[in-house]
Amino acid sequence: MESFPVLSLTTFLPLVGVLFILIVRGDEETVAKNARGAALWTSAGTFIVSLFLWINFDASTADFQFVEKHEWIPAFDISYHLGVDGISMFFVLLSTALTPICVLASWKAIKTRVREYMIAFLILETMMIGTFVSLDFLLFYIFFEGVLIPMFIIIGVWGGERRVYSAFKFFLFTLAGSVLLLVAILALHFEAGTTDIPTLLAFQVPAEMQFWLWLAFFASFAVKMPMWPVHTWLPDAHVEAPTAGSVILAGVLLKMGGYGFLRFSIPMLPLASDQFTPMIYALSVIAIIYTSLVALVQEDMKKLIAYSSVAHMGFVTIGIFTATQQGIQGGIFQMLSHGVISAALFLCVGVVYDRIHSREISRYGGLVERMPKYALVFMVFMLGSVGLPGTSGFIGEFLVLVGAFQDNTWVALLATTGIILGAAYMLFLYRRVIFGKLEKADLKNILDLEPREVAIFAPLLVLVLWMGLWPQPFLDVMELSVSNLLQNYQTALTAADALTVVGR
Amino acid sequence: MNLAADLSTAWPEIFVAIAAMLLLMYGVFQGNQSARLISWLTVGVMFVAAILVLSSPAGRMVAFNGMFVVDGFAAFAKVLLLLGAALTLILAMPFNAREGIPQFEFPVLVLFAVLGMMMMVSANDLMSLYLGIELQSLSLYVLAAIRRDALRSAEAGLKYFVLGALSSGILLYGMTLVYGFAGSTGFDNLANVFAAGAEEGAPIGVIGGLVFIIAGLAFKVSAVPFHMWTPDVYEGAPTPVTAFFAVAPKIAAMALFVRVMLEPFGDLFDQWQQVIWFISLASMSLGAFAAINQTNIKRLMAYSSIGHMGFVLVGLAAGNETGAQGVLLYLTVYLFMNVGTFACILAMRRQDRMVEDIDQLAGLSRTNPKMALALAIFMFSMAGIPPLAGFFGKYYVFLAAIQAELYVLAIVGLLASVVSAFYYLRIVKLMYFDEPLDTFDQPVGREISTIVVGTSAVTALFILVLWPVLAGAAVAAATLFAA
Repeated sequence: MESFPVLSLTTFLPLVGVLFILIVRGDEETVAKNARGAALWTSAGTFIVSLFLWINFDASTADFQFVEKHEWIPAFDISYHLGVDGISMFFVLLSTALTPICVLASWKAIKTRVREYMIAFLILETMMIGTFVSLDFLLFYIFFEGVLIPMFIIIGVWGGERRVYSAFKFFLFTLAGSVLLLVAILALHFEAGTTDIPTLLAFQVPAEMQFWLWLAFFASFAVKMPMWPVHTWLPDAHVEAPTAGSVILAGVLLKMGGYGFLRFSIPMLPLASDQFTPMIYALSVIAIIYTSLVALVQEDMKKLIAYSSVAHMGFVTIGIFTATQQGIQGGIFQMLSHGVISAALFLCVGVVYDRIHSREISRYGGLVERMPKYALVFMVFMLGSVGLPGTSGFIGEFLVLVGAFQDNTWVALLATTGIILGAAYMLFLYRRVIFGKLEKADLKNILDLEPREVAIFAPLLVLVLWMGLWPQPFLDVMELSVSNLLQNYQTALTAADALTVVGR
Repeated sequence: MNLAADLSTAWPEIFVAIAAMLLLMYGVFQGNQSARLISWLTVGVMFVAAILVLSSPAGRMVAFNGMFVVDGFAAFAKVLLLLGAALTLILAMPFNAREGIPQFEFPVLVLFAVLGMMMMVSANDLMSLYLGIELQSLSLYVLAAIRRDALRSAEAGLKYFVLGALSSGILLYGMTLVYGFAGSTGFDNLANVFAAGAEEGAPIGVIGGLVFIIAGLAFKVSAVPFHMWTPDVYEGAPTPVTAFFAVAPKIAAMALFVRVMLEPFGDLFDQWQQVIWFISLASMSLGAFAAINQTNIKRLMAYSSIGHMGFVLVGLAAGNETGAQGVLLYLTVYLFMNVGTFACILAMRRQDRMVEDIDQLAGLSRTNPKMALALAIFMFSMAGIPPLAGFFGKYYVFLAAIQAELYVLAIVGLLASVVSAFYYLRIVKLMYFDEPLDTFDQPVGREISTIVVGTSAVTALFILVLWPVLAGAAVAAATLFAA
């Protein structure tokens, strides 16, 4: 089985679907129908192939698995190198799982230019998977940046009223951060003579260089994450993007920032990471409290969830930079859980938006009378977002806070207030939309979830509860990779300490 | 070295020269109805010349008493510029036939300009360098004004001529200064003189001469602050001529620039690096900011090319082998992106009239999805977004800059590329996000559509051919540093 290029297959299978869609001929109706079908089948196929990764994953090693390596530009030691470990494996699955759901969610909502829409989504899927499986820094950057093109088009063409502004803001913010990452990659490339990630992980970057490289990495990952104060593109992009675009944006693209911190900043630049930990804590705590308060006063459902995403990502950065086993595992778990929950919440908004074409919270009220199934589904995800025990959100936040307590009690204390605020704004949202009196005329005929929508929510519902009640299978996979990462991190810090002592 | 050996090194140039003169005579006797035939013959001549360049033996050969050099670097640049000239000439044919520029002089002038460019990249002496530049420039002045009866074309030609003559004067003045202080015009001699005098530093006269030479060459590649002619000439000249201006002469002048700086003045690196550094920085920034407010797509392309030349100069400012390699890679990518974009611009026609307003592209993705897709690929590529071709050009020039520890240049340059992304995205926005206007004339013609498909495929899938191109560029760049 070792020679079978399963990662390449997972990464590029969506492009096969693109080819299919491109050769479809006929009138607009047939093209749209076939494009939807082809996109659904290829993305579902990709998901099944990616399940193979989990089944055959060997959790007893911290090494990269399913590795493929081919020479690409030997003169500069750049190669086509793919592989996954316990940190990246679930992100691949998250990407492959959310794409078919997005295709289903767009089944009726997208009526114009369906062919282009599905092509953009499949290309986006390739780029997302590629980002998480690349073991070459240049290759990583190509996928990481390549995401911008389809996402720009998705927001700009199928978005809401202010779509042009949002698409530009999204693109330029991310690009500005990323070019600094590129400078850092170039500097590392020159310093180490290679862009191979496993080699770079073992490479000791000079201490004075780490400072600048860390800042450059931070510029890119913090925008992507997004961290306060560079989060402002996110509410705009979320609000204007079509439902499925928001799902992918919240579900996967935000995770690229956290993944970047974990894969690059911490292991490659341990000294600088240690040095900058207080700054990360401060920014994260501000993000958690400030954006939670902002979320409390939102009138727009999508904007509220977007701000809550920023707050939840604050937990992730805290967890990652605690540099403890629980903190990092919690950070990864929180990313996965947020990937599922926020995706589901955006889909919930999408359900009523498709019917009433408004995202204003005040336009709704009393939906429970006409839409009991919807109310139940929305409740589970809302509670997951709040972090109720028994849902996946609880496990992630709990582990992060356990990690934070070991490192800094104040950070843990302040971050915990975020959970309370989170409960406040989510419950407030739920009350205003679902409960109350059903007064608006057009809401009186609103229909409950149809089978297609049930099919979208069912897997997400199962995941949230599974991850909340029995998280062990997920934590097992990442355990060794994380402990290996931490061990190297501590060794590097001790070595540097010893060096300063000798220097004295 | 005997005459036969000398001649054999310059085979491609001799072939082009004879062919150009024969085609000219043929055109004179046959009149303007032969224009189309001569155009195709010219394309054929360029094709044969490229084969001759490729089949010449590897290694560095100097001929004609050190006036002329053939090496891997020259060969790479010549193939590029021949390709660029041939593609733009093919683009020009339907346009010329339609717009009533059926003069047979057009392809012949292009061929003479190409000859001048080939001389430029093979120059190994300040005299032969000047000769090549003048042959090229004089042909280009006429080409800019080829539409005699159009006011703007004539204006473009005149403007180009006046400013071009001025820059040639500056260049010549610099050469005389260098000759006066160093005592030679040959590149090899100059290199020896400067290498020997490296310890006590270059005489001030040589540095003055060097600055003048840089100014003259910066004019030819339209780098800031010698860029003022570019937008006007690009806008005024007939579109196929603009396409030609944007590609082949830029490639030739840039290759010449690199050779002059690295070979004869290689030991004065510390003196010229800061000048190039500034020119590069200024070009990238101006190219990014000045293009934002443009409404005419040809003017926009002019500023875009100023910006691109700034990026290429980053590779030169680095002054190392990776830099030279990056320059060649960038020029290759630039060739395909520009030819493709201009092919799209040539397809912007409504009721048989050329449309040059950017706003007229609105909704192109509905009315002509294939062209919109191609143009979007070119725009994203020019903005330097991976995995498209433009990204790799930028990657290598900036890798060279980092190697040379030019951190400020790298960071400012990349931020300038973010600014320039804004106006490239604006075109994508118009095509994809906005409501469609009337359709452009269909069909666009076989020549244009073939070139659009070909260049967009290369731009989109460049990642697959990156390694062979890079390997070729590596061999070519190595010859500059062999001595």
